[in-house]
Amino acid sequence: MRLVQRRPLPSRLARVRSGGLLPLIAILAVLLVLITVRQPDFMAPPSLMSFLGRSAPLILLAAGQYFVIVSGEFDLSVGSLVTAQVVVAARLIDSDPSRTWPVVLVLLAGGLLVGLVNGLITTRLRVPSFITTLGMFLILVGAVYLWSNGAPKGGLSEEFRRFGRRAFEDVPGLGRIPYALVILLVLATLAVLLMRSDFGRVLVAVGDNPRTAELSGARVHRTRTIAFMLSGLAAAVAAILIGGYSGVSFQAGAGLEFGAITAVVLGGVALGGGRGSVVGAMLGALTLELLFTLMNFYGVSGALRPTVQGAIILFAVAVSTRRSTSR
Amino acid sequence: MKRGMAATAALILLSLAACATDEPAATPSDSSSAPAAGTGEQSKFFVQADYDNELALLDAAPTGPADKPWEQVLNPKMVDTAKFKKAGPHKICFSNAALNNPWRQVGFKTMQAEVEAQGDRIKEFVHVDAEGKDQKQIADINDLLGKGCDALIVSPNTTATLTPAVEAACKADLPVVVFDRGVDTDCPVTFINPIGGYGFGHVGAEFVSQRMKPGGKVLALRILPGVDVLETRWSAAKVVFDKAQVDVVGVEFTDGDPAKTKKIVNDYIQRHGTIDGVWMDAGAVAVAAVEAFQDAGQPVPPINGEDQLDFLKLWKDEGLTAIAPTYPTYQWRTPIIAALRILDGQQVSAPWKLPQPTITQENLDSYLDPEMPPLHYAMCGCTDLPGYPQRWK
Repeated sequence: MRLVQRRPLPSRLARVRSGGLLPLIAILAVLLVLITVRQPDFMAPPSLMSFLGRSAPLILLAAGQYFVIVSGEFDLSVGSLVTAQVVVAARLIDSDPSRTWPVVLVLLAGGLLVGLVNGLITTRLRVPSFITTLGMFLILVGAVYLWSNGAPKGGLSEEFRRFGRRAFEDVPGLGRIPYALVILLVLATLAVLLMRSDFGRVLVAVGDNPRTAELSGARVHRTRTIAFMLSGLAAAVAAILIGGYSGVSFQAGAGLEFGAITAVVLGGVALGGGRGSVVGAMLGALTLELLFTLMNFYGVSGALRPTVQGAIILFAVAVSTRRSTSR
Repeated sequence: MKRGMAATAALILLSLAACATDEPAATPSDSSSAPAAGTGEQSKFFVQADYDNELALLDAAPTGPADKPWEQVLNPKMVDTAKFKKAGPHKICFSNAALNNPWRQVGFKTMQAEVEAQGDRIKEFVHVDAEGKDQKQIADINDLLGKGCDALIVSPNTTATLTPAVEAACKADLPVVVFDRGVDTDCPVTFINPIGGYGFGHVGAEFVSQRMKPGGKVLALRILPGVDVLETRWSAAKVVFDKAQVDVVGVEFTDGDPAKTKKIVNDYIQRHGTIDGVWMDAGAVAVAAVEAFQDAGQPVPPINGEDQLDFLKLWKDEGLTAIAPTYPTYQWRTPIIAALRILDGQQVSAPWKLPQPTITQENLDSYLDPEMPPLHYAMCGCTDLPGYPQRWK
């Protein structure tokens, strides 16, 4: 790390801050106005708080996905990882409250392990991360089916579920603050601090131009592997929150990888790496959730959500490609 | 270079996204008609004569031992089976559609226990799981015909596709017993199932529409479209709701998934402010629906579930206004009993219609066993079988 400091890397953080977030904040504001017009109650503290609590898993996954994407890779395995973790948690806890904390630790370790494997296969075996994590996605889906015989067994304890379901009650002025929101705020702060540290700068540099970064003394492989591990960790926390919110489910994580990638892209982060901020990625997730809420208020079916995500990915990439040609 | 990479990446991403959203064939395109409230058109699966018949069966008195509903028959029509008479012990073979949901898991364990209970009469029990694939089940049935089985039990994966395979089995020289889902042929010795989907859907919808405020808002939650046993449930409920003139604000498909269910119910609570009744075509996600109301800080409206213990427990603990029509898992005992009777040359009823009890506030306590796991089905008729309760845990 000290080596890196002596030879400053071309950091684009400054440029991103100057322009990147403004369009997103504008979209957020417009969405908020549209929602308030349609459903004024939405902005009341109780419903706003529960909205933020429900959005926490996607925001966390977007932060995790950001680390991987900004370093120039992709992680398609997070959705199936969430599902696997929820199913595993139910089987291990088997409705026994005393197993709650050990299982939480097992899940976090499992998330890190899956990230480590993704990272090592991508960097050491030089398998493109699209293929690595797609393979991991399929392996996890298959493993869960095999292990559970196709039907979830066991059950989550109330102690486990409270992280995703319960809240600090009777908070003056706000009513109730979901635990999920508190967990999100703590982890989001850590993510921002991490991106401001040396590691964050190296991560962006690796995604911007791995060759230059390597020549400047950055450990590209190690940095990318850590990015995958952070994404796995985010998936583990998201699994705890989602499992808590909705209970054991074979579709707990279905489609979340695309939600996270859409959020990251919406947050102004370049696919291919090197540009964008973690705050942007998280705000992107919030924007996406707001958009879905708005669609719901206007009676648009949830079935259209993947279409909207696809359109956003296409549009955002088209815009960012234009930007990068003009630079 | 980066531009190319980003573009390729986006392309792959989109194609993957497309795959992922295509995959659950259950994702219904017609649920996108959400704003159009009401019950919509009647299901293509609706057959008036069957509907009338099932509703009549709900009130019919069964024959057979009262404490053993899995041996009871509604409106029996006995057929002769003397030509299948054979000395035991027997080899019984079972081609199973799938084990992919808790209902089938509980049912299959019940069947295994029944086989064990009849151990002196069954020398071998062969089970082949088709894993929910028609093609595999067709091959499975064909394989079993060459294995020297004395009787063949089939729980078909889908009705139309499996019919020729079952017909081929009938031509082999052994009795065939079909249960749960049916086939389009009368060639099996008997077809065993409970009253059926119309009865199930009717009981739940009657309860919900009678207990809620008149003209209130009902949300109907269905698992997936196009499956006969589920289509009949909904089509019977539709008849009730149309007659009761309640406002069905949505008919949504949950894929049987609690996460999706909770999101849908939450969406409807937000969109409509309140929901006055919830009807479901299967109880697997009833708990998730109840939780959505609890987490939104709203009273839980009249709702129907099924006999899964997680729902029964929640019902009791929270004092819900609820009812649980059942599609009893004890029907998995009956094919073994039927096969043995046929091999004895005894008469059996064809079809063999089993009673389909409903769990109500009055008899809730007798079905609620807090020792059993949350996904267990109370109507398993398994408490007298070997290995209870450990086998079902």
